[in-house]
Amino acid sequence: MNPPLHLVLDWSDWIHLFAEYLTLSLMSIGGAISTTAEMHRFLVEQHHWLTQTQFNDSIAIAQAAPGPNILFVALMGWNVGLNAGSMTAGLLGVLVTMIGIMLPSTTLTYLAARWSHQNRDLRAVRAFKQGMAPIVIALLISTSILLGSAHHDPATDWPLWLLSVLAGVVIWRTRIHLLWLLALGAVLGCFGLV
Amino acid sequence: MMHMNSATELERPQPSSLKDLFWSFTKLALQGFGGVLAVVQLEMVERKRWLTQEEFIEEWAVAQIMPGPNVINLSMMIGGRYFGLRGAMTALAGMLALPMVLVLLLALVYAHYADHPALHGALRGMAAVSAGLIGATGMKMAGTLKKHPLPMTVTVGSALLGIVFVAVLHWPMIYSLVTIGGLGCVMTYRKLSP
Repeated sequence: MNPPLHLVLDWSDWIHLFAEYLTLSLMSIGGAISTTAEMHRFLVEQHHWLTQTQFNDSIAIAQAAPGPNILFVALMGWNVGLNAGSMTAGLLGVLVTMIGIMLPSTTLTYLAARWSHQNRDLRAVRAFKQGMAPIVIALLISTSILLGSAHHDPATDWPLWLLSVLAGVVIWRTRIHLLWLLALGAVLGCFGLV
Repeated sequence: MMHMNSATELERPQPSSLKDLFWSFTKLALQGFGGVLAVVQLEMVERKRWLTQEEFIEEWAVAQIMPGPNVINLSMMIGGRYFGLRGAMTALAGMLALPMVLVLLLALVYAHYADHPALHGALRGMAAVSAGLIGATGMKMAGTLKKHPLPMTVTVGSALLGIVFVAVLHWPMIYSLVTIGGLGCVMTYRKLSP
């Protein structure tokens, strides 16, 4: 393994990294992906702990891999650690960034969920949960549109769009297992058909 | 604290143990390529029936406005409903533990195959299916608007407006959440009997 950067990180650097991710956690309303610009500023521009390519690859690999997208944060920590010289440091990086990004937000969410569950008969709580339904649905459909059309050119990538729409209709209307459709997408993509 | 205790709710399917909870979330996390939310809906609402469609939207409304990854918040809240804090931690561990190992392994092999066109194509195809899946989830959840306290013209209208804001105009999501979500809550509050 030959990392593109060779860093020397001491304890104050690791604590600094941890503190940064604790703050980011509180800022990540709408998901951690909304704080990637700030992560980029911190890791790539300010401290030079990651290269631009490592930063981009961390996001791309986490998106492509199964599992929650938040794992891109683990990969950033992993790469910072590798740049600092070892896989042990890589694992330390994973722990520092993941605990940092998760701890404040999960604590707050747990408390809020418990409170709203205990007070679920309050008119205000019911109004909030039901009143948010239209925008929750709108955000889902928007995410689908944005993901389906990101960085693609309609002239050449229409088969990809068609695949998205067809997969959407099939999943909406039938109970076919998702893994079959993912496998179909992988095979079509593998042979360059979409 | 968050245990269910009314008689009608007890008849519904629910996780049999913390182990069941852990593996259920691991299984669904591993099916989520490019995002897990839609798989949570499929597994929790349609397959396991731990939640109704309406409960899913309501939990998600809370998960969405809290900081942190929405899908992680949501899984914690579902785990917390059945086993309190232990359930929330177990669901969280299920979502993250195996997928994290997998994503690190992927990152290790990625460098060797990053330029392979077939792999690239397969990922593209799978991403297209995932985009469709998220849209399908939105359409399924839109079905619940029929039972909403507000008339369909208002709920569907505000959902469409949200899609225009986010997917067409590319405004930051937080604006739509605050304006459309906020208005929805106020109107629902006034409609609900005190």
